[in-house]
Amino acid sequence: MGLVLLLVIWLITLVSTYLFIAKTWWLPVGASAAAAGIDHHFTTTFILMGAVFVAAQLALGWFAWKYREGGASSKGAEYSHGNVTLEALWTVLTIVLFVGMNLMSRSIWASERFDSAKPGAVQVEVTGMQFAWYFRYPGPDAKFGATKPELEDASLGSAGALGLDSNDPASKDDVVSGVMVVPVNREIEVILRAHDVIHSFFVPAMRFKQDAVPGLAIHMHFTPIQTGEYEMACAELCGLGHYKMHGIVKVVSQEEFDQWLAAREAEKQ
Amino acid sequence: MATHEFAAQAHAHAAPQGFIRKWIFSLDHKVIGLQYFFLALTAVLVGMFLSLLMRIHLIWPTVPLPLLGEIKPETYLSLLTMHGTIMVFFVLTTAPQGGFGNYFLPIQIGAPDMAFPVLNMLSFWTTFLGFVVLLAAFFVTGGAPLHGWTGYAPLSALQSAGPGEGLGADLWIISIAIFCIGALMGALNFITTTLDMRAKGMTMMRMPLTCWAWFITAILGLLAFGVLLSAGILLLMDRNLGTSFFVPLVTVNGQLTGHKGGSPLLWQHLFWFFGHPEVYIAILPAMGLCSQLLSVFSRKPIFGYKAMVYAMLSIGFLGFMVWGHHMFMSGMSPYTAFAFSIMTMAIGVPSAIKTFNWLGTLWRGKLRFTSPMLFAIGFVSLFVTGGISGPFLAQPVLDIYLHETYFVIAHFHLIMGVASIFGIFAATYYWFPKMFGRMMNETLGKLHFWLTFVGAYAIFMPMHYYGMAAGLRRYSQGTEVAWIQHLLPLQKFITIAAFVTIASQFIFVFNLFWSMKKGKKASDNPWEATTLEWTTATPPPHDNFGGKTPVVRNGPYEYSVPGASRDFVMQSDEEIKKKH
Repeated sequence: MGLVLLLVIWLITLVSTYLFIAKTWWLPVGASAAAAGIDHHFTTTFILMGAVFVAAQLALGWFAWKYREGGASSKGAEYSHGNVTLEALWTVLTIVLFVGMNLMSRSIWASERFDSAKPGAVQVEVTGMQFAWYFRYPGPDAKFGATKPELEDASLGSAGALGLDSNDPASKDDVVSGVMVVPVNREIEVILRAHDVIHSFFVPAMRFKQDAVPGLAIHMHFTPIQTGEYEMACAELCGLGHYKMHGIVKVVSQEEFDQWLAAREAEKQ
Repeated sequence: MATHEFAAQAHAHAAPQGFIRKWIFSLDHKVIGLQYFFLALTAVLVGMFLSLLMRIHLIWPTVPLPLLGEIKPETYLSLLTMHGTIMVFFVLTTAPQGGFGNYFLPIQIGAPDMAFPVLNMLSFWTTFLGFVVLLAAFFVTGGAPLHGWTGYAPLSALQSAGPGEGLGADLWIISIAIFCIGALMGALNFITTTLDMRAKGMTMMRMPLTCWAWFITAILGLLAFGVLLSAGILLLMDRNLGTSFFVPLVTVNGQLTGHKGGSPLLWQHLFWFFGHPEVYIAILPAMGLCSQLLSVFSRKPIFGYKAMVYAMLSIGFLGFMVWGHHMFMSGMSPYTAFAFSIMTMAIGVPSAIKTFNWLGTLWRGKLRFTSPMLFAIGFVSLFVTGGISGPFLAQPVLDIYLHETYFVIAHFHLIMGVASIFGIFAATYYWFPKMFGRMMNETLGKLHFWLTFVGAYAIFMPMHYYGMAAGLRRYSQGTEVAWIQHLLPLQKFITIAAFVTIASQFIFVFNLFWSMKKGKKASDNPWEATTLEWTTATPPPHDNFGGKTPVVRNGPYEYSVPGASRDFVMQSDEEIKKKH
């Protein structure tokens, strides 16, 4: 039985570890400025915790076999209540490992979440509602117009879905889109809102996720560094249509972005 | 603390006559323990069945099932809500604490019963009522709620937010509130019993680690369930009385709801202030039990008894300071993430100490691979595997990506679900002879272990890969989002593994009922263990020790003591002469 335990535990450990290392299923290629740092820390954590995983499981399987009753090395159990030096040693080692890992990742979190977007960032307001995303750009005046809950009417198109107040001069040049289009290599300031319940804006390739909470306007930022179309999806349970609340983040060159935005402005007039 | 002999005598009561007083409204902690155990067994079968339906829906979303028809997306969400709620409350909280804790805490500390037998009976029947109310949610208009076991507001607070958010959601909240009341009564009882009812010589530091675990779990329950109860009442008011604790000004489908000024994050803070300690409420009894079993079946004292006690105490203490790690992406201040993250990493330290001590207990032991021992070793393996994904999720930087993916599902199912369930299985195989007077079948027990152990890994290991590839949880179908579509083969593999693993649980159910009638007769101490439950008759008499009060002279894990006549010295045996 000890040998079977050893074989099964070791086999599970090695197969699982192989499937991690083979990267058959892994994070998608990063496309934002922050992705490299986050992925690097992911790999570091992965190596450290992977080593702990393999070591602990191998030891468990080994002990099960080596100290089985009736086995070669089983002369009878040792009468020992423990070892204070060992306890102190592994306590200190674990503290160093866990706290160290934590400290290593602090600067990335700080740059992602403590600092707000720099002046000149491209502003996009992202609004989630059951079960769609809307993306609003402030237009040439760089100001978002007012929205009013009582004006919300999705049958009037995307501006209507947000309840955009056409009496507010600042709203005249606001562009509302069902697709998020952003220029490459520019910092994007995202302002997250939700109308009904909590949604979460998740763009795996950008390593970006943030809940959109009704009643709050949450300011976040990311910088796409690679053009292309990236799928995004809702990552917070929001109701029966949660699984289909997804969309596209289109990262284009600055010129294409300017043209796209100008075309949307022209459509409005 | 002094032990209270008269407290114990004052609580002795005559054995009841008649079926109803003996088996239904019983005051005997052993009967109540069994009632909790069978309630949890019923609940786990229901919860498991729901997960099977979910697994089927995930890979064949439109296939009509016999009697149930096609599972719609909203039905899938109801299933996951009910699966989570049933498993967390009525299985993982109910079986280890209410079931085995009730049965064995008094016996292990040498008491004739719990401190408050009537309260004990009430807490069981309250819990039972909670379960009935929860199941009722399936049968009302709109069905069971779809807001998940975490019930995030405003989804859970608005009747118009989806099907199931009507009466079904009210019943869900009421059920949890009832459960909290039962759990609070139970917690008071456990704490008082541990502090006041210990036999002569049973100092705190001579208590088996199981008793420490039940004691600490009860303290966590006392502090956590009160908060959840209040949160539930506030949510119920938001839903039915027009208050706005958790709901700001929101519109559903463009319609104003009449709420304003509330905070959705307040619900999350209150919920997770309960929710994180709840994880330890589920796992601590399993930790205590597996520590005990590794010692018994290694024929060796537990490695680092004091370190184990302090580790459990620190896990309990730190468990109340980490709730924010569920909320890194919630919109909570990013500065607080540092504090919650460092506390969460800190809680990994006592968890690691425990793992080292389990390995240390096996080291140079003389291992007997009985069914309970296999499940205890399986527990250690699963605890390690579930544990090492913790530091990924505890770091906000990595949580940005992993939050709400299957990586989280893999993590908490392994550590809080499967590891705890392994504790429950180990407890059942270990204590069955004491509870029913017969042994469970060892061959079936071992078969059950191997299928469940390999099956659990086959189900939950691939969920890590699914999550790393950004596969999102709570998605009823993976057909809409391109990157999730690609992951369908993983889901298929998981579903097949789930089928096999669930099917093999019937080996256990069969063994359980078959052994009650046909199992080999058990002696009073079949495992040659040292704690007090093995000194009394099998099954124990109504007052546990047949009129005698045990006197404790030794620690709980005296195995292979040099010079002793046999390889174990019981707690009530002659005192071991310490050489140093």
